[in-house]
Amino acid sequence: MIRVARLVAGKDLRLEARSGVLVTQVLPFGVMALVLAGLALGPRRAGHSGAAPGLFYLVVLLVTLLAVARSQAVERTAGTRASVATLGLDPAGVFLGKTAALGLELIGLGVVLEMLAVVTLHVALAGALVALPSVVATLIALAAAGTLYGALAGEGSGTVTLLPVLALPAFAPLLIAGERAFSAALSHQSAPRWWLITLVALAAYLAVGVLTYGVLEDT
Amino acid sequence: MSPDGPARAGARAVDLEDAVVVRGGFPLLAGVTLDVEVGTLTVLRGPNGAGKTSLLRLLGGLEALSGGRGVVAGVDLARGDRRQLRRRVGWVGHEGSFYDDLSAAENLRFAARALGRPDDAVAGALARVGLAPRARTITRRLSAGQRQRLALAWLLVRRAELWLLDEPYAALDDEGRALVDHLLAEATAAGVTVVVSAHEPLARPGPHREVTLAGGRVVP
Repeated sequence: MIRVARLVAGKDLRLEARSGVLVTQVLPFGVMALVLAGLALGPRRAGHSGAAPGLFYLVVLLVTLLAVARSQAVERTAGTRASVATLGLDPAGVFLGKTAALGLELIGLGVVLEMLAVVTLHVALAGALVALPSVVATLIALAAAGTLYGALAGEGSGTVTLLPVLALPAFAPLLIAGERAFSAALSHQSAPRWWLITLVALAAYLAVGVLTYGVLEDT
Repeated sequence: MSPDGPARAGARAVDLEDAVVVRGGFPLLAGVTLDVEVGTLTVLRGPNGAGKTSLLRLLGGLEALSGGRGVVAGVDLARGDRRQLRRRVGWVGHEGSFYDDLSAAENLRFAARALGRPDDAVAGALARVGLAPRARTITRRLSAGQRQRLALAWLLVRRAELWLLDEPYAALDDEGRALVDHLLAEATAAGVTVVVSAHEPLARPGPHREVTLAGGRVVP
């Protein structure tokens, strides 16, 4: 399982580095969304109203949906799917590999966006740095949930619109917990309850993915 | 070239009886009865929509059996593990079979590592199909014919006991078509069972059997 996970993660990261879609399309979209979010409230008001963590995670949600769709799309062409299926890869390993690659991609995007939030949303740099571990944990959990629900959304013309509908309920507790942990970090408080929710959800999505990914791939 | 599993002369690699495949409420196969001996070449003929690709996908464990009975490469299609069957087949589709942003060699290395084959199998397979000079070329930059050759190299890396090829002659020039026939003849001689769907006649027809499909059934 670990061997397959490493193989799939390496392949996905190489594909992404080669295509440059995340850097040239998804990241600029996230940057624009973050700038617009700041402008919508006015940057000073955003920084002082406590809305910054929520706006940041709203942008993270949009970026995550794009990254998940991209992660699944590389497997979805009919010929590729059939050829790779006949390799008989362990589905649990495939799930973990795709989650690892997506998680690393999201962490890269998330860290850039969080630092940008310091400028566009007037988030205190010290608070943003304190919040960084919780942001990373949330992004990894989003990667696990996104990989699971990306497979569930399947293929076909409706996938692009079906993915957000399916994934949002799964993302919601992660986004809420992440936003609360970020807010707590900005106000110099600890947030063990929100950390616990994130870690429990991560464990749950990983367990469900390992157990069911093969079934989802086949249907 | 030899498959990993034992080839048994006279034994059946494919044994279907009234096999039905339904997808989305639409019958793709409407009762196919077919047997194929180990180490033989079978060519599927028929018009578009006859069920050739669906039959190949059923044989590869890529479609579930909805009705009837079937055993392929020793795996019961109704009760067996389709994932186990998939590991025994080599698949070449007509839609392209690769990750477009990986090079030819990287695609084959991915397959080789997934199957636990040594990396040096890749160079040999690429040379065999005349793609050694294009080993580092990104797959999306290969021509349609070169992509088809890469699909053949993928087969050589697989060392599967059952080859399933969907329109393998598409986009190939005369030299490429001759290469396909040569590889198929070599494979069957080594005990590999080959099932091919093709509209074109074989370039250098060796011993083979032709099966015609129409409306999701075998035409007698």
